[in-house]
Amino acid sequence: MTAPPQEPVPITSGDDVVRVRQAVRTAAAAAGLSLVDQTKIVTAASELARNTLVYGGGGHARVERVTDARGRAGVRIAFGDDGPGIPDIDLALTEGWTSGSGLGLGLTGARRLTDEFHLDTEVGGGTTVTVTKWAR
Amino acid sequence: MSGAVGTRISEILEDREAVLGRWVELVTEGVRGRITEREVRTELGELYGLVQRELADGDESAAGELRAALQEISRSRARQGFSPSETAVSVFALKQAVHERIGAAGEETAYAQFIAFSGYVDELGLMTFETYSATREQVIADQAEQLLELATPVVKLWDGILGVPLVGTLDSARTQVVMETLLQMLVDTGSQFAVIDITGVPAVDTEVAQHLLKTVMAARLMGTECVISGIRPQIAQTIVTLGIEFGDIVTKASLADALAYALAASGVRLVEGAGA
Repeated sequence: MTAPPQEPVPITSGDDVVRVRQAVRTAAAAAGLSLVDQTKIVTAASELARNTLVYGGGGHARVERVTDARGRAGVRIAFGDDGPGIPDIDLALTEGWTSGSGLGLGLTGARRLTDEFHLDTEVGGGTTVTVTKWAR
Repeated sequence: MSGAVGTRISEILEDREAVLGRWVELVTEGVRGRITEREVRTELGELYGLVQRELADGDESAAGELRAALQEISRSRARQGFSPSETAVSVFALKQAVHERIGAAGEETAYAQFIAFSGYVDELGLMTFETYSATREQVIADQAEQLLELATPVVKLWDGILGVPLVGTLDSARTQVVMETLLQMLVDTGSQFAVIDITGVPAVDTEVAQHLLKTVMAARLMGTECVISGIRPQIAQTIVTLGIEFGDIVTKASLADALAYALAASGVRLVEGAGA
């Protein structure tokens, strides 16, 4: 069972990262996540949205509230872009490695901050990252 | 424009009291008492005269004045925070006022001319709308600029101790302003300590952390020790999970702790007074 899907939030500028963050915070609060978990998913969303913008050349985020088989509420966010894709996933998921100028902690950090993390990428075919955080 | 609208509409407009009265009534309803009927009557009375002059006599100067007056009205509506439809209704209600008069008379010629008149009012309405949104955009741009300045103060907490309370999102532009202001204040005041308070920063992600680290590094190069304060429990847990290292930078939970630390480190002793 899923709550009605929301409009995807476009990510084309730094301001959009803030918008994604606000959408995620609202959804996380509505799903009943604790303050710590809200902060974690918001931060993860912030990292992934910025990756979408900086490395994916812009894209969109789809924020939705989900419920699992046991009736537990959660928030799922799918970030999609049509960018160059990630050639070496293992390298990209290495702590401290970055192809840009950041700290190299965004993707790995986002994986640790969330309960479910799914990375789908193809060189030249864009990247989709889906993360889920469940209420405890 | 005047030739296209036709004489029958001009005749209807001749009955100033009735048409203007109804127009004023409709607009006053639309703005829900935020402007008094009297103010509405003054505003619309002026517009009404100009519309009449443009339509009946084809008066070019009236046309120019009318547009200027409309722009003035929609600018002031936009600044006072009226909604777009509340602003547009001021113009469009004229159509209804005129239409009701024709309805009462029920003539075919008048209806045919009303279509042209409707197009004319639409044109005025659209112009009002454009002015309205241009003004709103200007207001938003001004506010964004004010916020950027407002949100990045550097204050003196004590002799040799500066405070930098950060509120809101810390992006590259903000960081640049904060860093410049802080470094300049360091030179001006010769401070040994700077307390960067992030209580008001809603989320600390790797970018925010990187900006903070850069600011601290720059201050350190100038011989100032930075203390980061206002790290709330949820932020602390998130930073640890993300794997961000603040290294040897001193961090404190509250601004008070940070100030106490900086005071102690600069050799200031706080003594409770006997009278307290």
